[in-house]
Amino acid sequence: MKQLITGDEAVARGAWEAGVRFASAYPGTPSTEILENIATYKEIHSEWAPNEKTALESVIGASLAGARAIASMKHVGLNVAADPFFTFAYMGVNAGAVVVTADEPGQFSSQNEQDNRNYAKAAMTPMFEPSDSQECKDMLLEAFEISEKHDIPVLFRMTTRVCHSKSLVELGERQDVPIKPYVKNIKKYVAVPANARPMKVKVQENQAILRFYSNNCQWNRIEMNEPNIGIICSGDCYLYAREVFGDGASYLKLGFTNPLPDDLIREFASKVEKIYIIEENDPYIEDHVRALGIACDGKNIFPLNGEMKPEVIRSVMFGEEYTLDDEVRAAVIPRPPTLCAGCPHRGFFYELGRRKNVMVSGDIGCYTLASGAPYHAMETTVCMGASISLGHGAQQIFDTIEGNKMRVVSVIGDSTFFHTGINSLLDVAYNKSNLITVVLDNRITAMTGQQDNPGTGLTIQGEITEAVSIEAIARAFGFKNVRVIDPNQLSEVKETLDWALALQEPSVIITRWPCALKKQNALDKEEFKGSFTSVYWVNEEVCIGCKKCTRTGCPAIVFQFEKKKSSIDPEKCVGCSVCAQVCPVHAIRKVEA
Amino acid sequence: MTTKNILLTGVGGQGTILASKLLTEGLLSQGYDVKMSEVHGMSQREGPVLTHVRFGEQVFSPIVEAKKADVIIGFEELEVLRNLEYLREDGKGVVILNRVRVNPIGVQNGSDKYPENVAELISTRAGKVIAMDASEEARKLGNLRVMNIILLGASVRQLGLEEIDWGKVIAENVKAQYVELNQQAFELGKSLS
Repeated sequence: MKQLITGDEAVARGAWEAGVRFASAYPGTPSTEILENIATYKEIHSEWAPNEKTALESVIGASLAGARAIASMKHVGLNVAADPFFTFAYMGVNAGAVVVTADEPGQFSSQNEQDNRNYAKAAMTPMFEPSDSQECKDMLLEAFEISEKHDIPVLFRMTTRVCHSKSLVELGERQDVPIKPYVKNIKKYVAVPANARPMKVKVQENQAILRFYSNNCQWNRIEMNEPNIGIICSGDCYLYAREVFGDGASYLKLGFTNPLPDDLIREFASKVEKIYIIEENDPYIEDHVRALGIACDGKNIFPLNGEMKPEVIRSVMFGEEYTLDDEVRAAVIPRPPTLCAGCPHRGFFYELGRRKNVMVSGDIGCYTLASGAPYHAMETTVCMGASISLGHGAQQIFDTIEGNKMRVVSVIGDSTFFHTGINSLLDVAYNKSNLITVVLDNRITAMTGQQDNPGTGLTIQGEITEAVSIEAIARAFGFKNVRVIDPNQLSEVKETLDWALALQEPSVIITRWPCALKKQNALDKEEFKGSFTSVYWVNEEVCIGCKKCTRTGCPAIVFQFEKKKSSIDPEKCVGCSVCAQVCPVHAIRKVEA
Repeated sequence: MTTKNILLTGVGGQGTILASKLLTEGLLSQGYDVKMSEVHGMSQREGPVLTHVRFGEQVFSPIVEAKKADVIIGFEELEVLRNLEYLREDGKGVVILNRVRVNPIGVQNGSDKYPENVAELISTRAGKVIAMDASEEARKLGNLRVMNIILLGASVRQLGLEEIDWGKVIAENVKAQYVELNQQAFELGKSLS
């Protein structure tokens, strides 16, 4: 049976068909849906890990214990998991293990545009690069075979378009892959120098064997048409190139890209007149082709950044300028993402943005929007967890300056705190900086679309589990100044910030209120009874048109210019009351039932 | 046949996802090769949504190339304008234009002005514009949410896909209690195009 499914869904299906028994991931666009779909198969034990490193390490354990296992993550997640990844490549597997990386050419929702193919090369792991959903499934099945045959984890590299595009997939049955016995093998699994040196040699020898595979496998193939143009490409770029050139060019279509197939590349080069390398992100294939002494055009003519969409290829190759329609461009206005109506971050940032002599060190989540209008209340974002440690370093330096008035407020979400913020908070406790740490605890991993995390009390497969207390963590680390507040109560936020700023020692503030989009669980319903049930309205007779309420950035507030009065869209308002607290004349009132 | 290119554009919550799901299911029932790609912003409410649907004998790229869209199904005026550069330039492009505006935050707080000349800008660039207020039509049917199905119905004639058994496609992909309403909405949309 054929189904139209996304690349992410196809990877999940492939994992199931491959007999995978264990899957772990941390949510991250565009990889999130892989584990969400895997978790729907009851045969696969699935887990949201606190971060990508723990995800991969538990996958190593599952593999050693004899079960096929898969870890999935976005590209920057592999930076977090890079430490175990490199050494896992040395050690090898017991049952097959695959690491999925979802790269983001074009940076739709990521902090950088790194090319994770470089990781496969650096760690000397085999790598697959599927173009469409069928290949996602087929190559994943093969990846487990390769992993076991060559005793090494496999990197499975996808990109946003491959993850989120749907194409037809022929579905298969689940293979029965029994759990392999675990055999104690200290020389293989203990990577101390004496063991790791021969491990490295084994991996290097493996590369030579895998190069033979690369030259001869079905995933790397020459498609001969017209010999005047020869295109070497992989992943979604193959589809874009086919779209532009059709049968008017010949292709070397690469699906297994570490090690690259030297013989096949040479053969292709001998058959075509001119070679073009079409790839997104880094000149990964191109550098290799050039190193083989083969002349080609690549990043010297194609853009170094963004997606290699058909119109981009057409413009470079044929000079077909994709002219911009100035009149339309001039008329189009932006539709920037905003914190939702009822977002618990709003009240906190409204207050924080008004503070002077404060540096706000931020992190990654919906709340990163606080760096924009109307709050302008976040001034750094680097990577997951960096808010606290970066803020710690900054505060340490500020405090060496005589007469310093600068205080650093580090702002981090609950899921990001569990991800890598905990380590950073330990740094603050241990090295005694005067930092104010704020954990915006909206009871869910929100930005990636509502995933449970160690604080929510539920696993990905819906089992009840311990809901970890952020407050207890802070106290266990030795913080004496810890407060849990309701971020919708502006007076409470204001008073708490005053308190923290007056202290000459570190503090931890936890704002605890659920995301407005969260499907509340039993615990939430009990704790936040009556949340998001009321609606507010503007009494136009009282409203003075000062627009203060619009400065909360709430999408439910509509200013009526002709009347010079504010109004609230009752379809959007969920009753957080922040605007009512900001209004200087009490024109905003609760709709009485 | 040459590959056909369709874009569905709107904002989160307008039902573009279900409309594109039904569209692709209908196309698959006719034996076409189909590819679809979705681009949406972060998970906050009312972000822009753009769905690419391509069908034909063999489809390679999952995304529609600039200036190659045969039909744009526009759920929201500004979003149609934002993606108008996808429309083919030879005067054969069709736009199904829902006369609905969802104000971005900048319009609500006065820092931006919603463009007034959307319909005019579109009609001077498209071969054909089928404009309607599908929200109003949906309200008349008693459920605002079927706006998406009205727009889908309106696009079917323009795509030359009337031979597909859409009633069946709807019956197979929509919750039982809403099948009849959606089928009505679909027929209404067809009659408006």
